[in-house]
Amino acid sequence: MTPKLVKLNVNGRAHHTALAPNTTLLHALRDLGYTDVKSGCEKGDCGACGVIVNGAVVNSCLLLAWLADNQEIITVAGLGAAAKPHPLQQAFVDFGAAQCGFCTPGMIMSAKALLDEYPHPTDEQMREALSGNLCRCTGYTRIFEAVQNAAHEITSD
Amino acid sequence: MLPTNTHILFHEFDYHAPTTLYEATELLAQYGDSARPIAGGTDLLVQMKMERRQPAHVISLARVNALQGIALNGDLTIGATTSIRDLHQYLTSKLQPPFASLQSLGEACNGFSTIQIMRMATLGGNLCNASPASDSAPPLLTFDARVTLKSKTFERVMALEHFFIAPGKTALQADELLTHIRIPRPPHQSASAFIKIARVAADISQVCAAVRLTRDGNLIHDARIALGSVAPTPVRAAAAERELIGQTFSAALAEKIGKRAAQEIQPISDIRATRAYRQHIAAVIVRDALLRAWERTQ
Ligand SMILES: Cc1cc2nc3c(=O)[nH]c(=O)nc-3n(C[C@H](O)[C@H](O)[C@H](O)COP(=O)(O)OP(=O)(O)OC[C@H]3O[C@@H](n4cnc5c(N)ncnc54)[C@H](O)[C@@H]3O)c2cc1C
Ligand code: FES
Ligand code: FES
Repeated sequence: MTPKLVKLNVNGRAHHTALAPNTTLLHALRDLGYTDVKSGCEKGDCGACGVIVNGAVVNSCLLLAWLADNQEIITVAGLGAAAKPHPLQQAFVDFGAAQCGFCTPGMIMSAKALLDEYPHPTDEQMREALSGNLCRCTGYTRIFEAVQNAAHEITSD
Repeated sequence: MLPTNTHILFHEFDYHAPTTLYEATELLAQYGDSARPIAGGTDLLVQMKMERRQPAHVISLARVNALQGIALNGDLTIGATTSIRDLHQYLTSKLQPPFASLQSLGEACNGFSTIQIMRMATLGGNLCNASPASDSAPPLLTFDARVTLKSKTFERVMALEHFFIAPGKTALQADELLTHIRIPRPPHQSASAFIKIARVAADISQVCAAVRLTRDGNLIHDARIALGSVAPTPVRAAAAERELIGQTFSAALAEKIGKRAAQEIQPISDIRATRAYRQHIAAVIVRDALLRAWERTQ
């Protein structure tokens, strides 16, 4: 169990951090202060821990941090902040797509990866892309509205 | 000790990241039973968090390039660490006849829970985990797939049918890796279909079934039926298959064979479904898969 110095590039900032091999990316990120990444089920079911690694959303609870050494990681905080939100973040506010907010970071990362691949997703593509993110509050309808409106907003710029 | 419901990874291990097949098999030869390969980790990490598996050495296959990718060279050869998502994209975009008849495997990949899991999970991991609920196993069984197992000094090839031994147990020795899955060239005029029934779309199956039919005019020249989540391993329904061969296809025949296949299986009751439900649903989805596959042979 010798720790190793790992370089995590998170939201454009490089972190050199010594990690034991049994550290998941989820906990490595939270320990670095990225508490916008949520720990939900810890077994791949809920999507709350979703981050984008090299362009693809993954469940960070099932990824050993050593495997993310030197990779580009984006968390929801990397998309925008309160002063300058990303259109997805703004749409989640405008459409009431966040209630307790626990699922929101993972949900937005899945939506971001979707819109990067399909700027104009069909409802079917959107539902599929978000199917790994569970929300206990909203009933999803507002989330779907927010994502479609953000897609519109982004492509009309 | 109380069972934990916060599955944080407490278990400690040494981690190895070989870059060649030789290095990987050498590590396995060195550490034997105390080692476990990890591919996508979507099964193994969950098992380690739940303390069901506690390997002292974890050997990552992520950087072993020789285990990745798909090649069509007579057979269709799929590297063990090819992701379910990459396999799905390959099957749905690139294949010409007769390989276009592998529809069922594409359907199985597509039914594979969520986008995140599809990207992380590998085909080899799905087979080596040896869950009776593996979605990729039934289609591969109907294609006569073969698996290549490799240790530092020895390589062997076996029919996938002989690879599964019991839940969580395969024919792999402690020093062996699964390197490739090979699908032989399918017969002309064949087609396949896969149907999965689950509680919700993002769950493993309560029952799943794959069939492959080869036609000769209106006659069924050859037939394969395989089921998941109905026995300790994924299984073929051999008696039902035999009753199809040489017959003229009809909806009534599909109905009868569905019931026949359901009689052959020995499902259990568990948290996902009861034995009676599994038996009932197996008859229905085998029937439907037969109808769908036959339509596709036209
Ligand atoms: C939320 C969730 C949903 C899921 N949904 C489905 C589903 O719908 N259908 C389904 O079938 N499965 C499902 N699974 C199970 C899992 O994702 C699959 O079985 C997956 O294909 C496993 O692949 P992996 O690369 O992640 O395996 P890993 O976890 O890396 O490995 C699994 C096992 O195989 C061994 N292994 C892996 N590769 C090799 C190799 N090349 N040689 C020798 N041994 C090897 C490992 O040592 C380990 O014991 C789901 C899992 C989760 C967490
Ligand atoms: S915490 Fe990772 S999927 Fe639920
Ligand atoms: S807003 Fe509460 S879980 Fe989605």
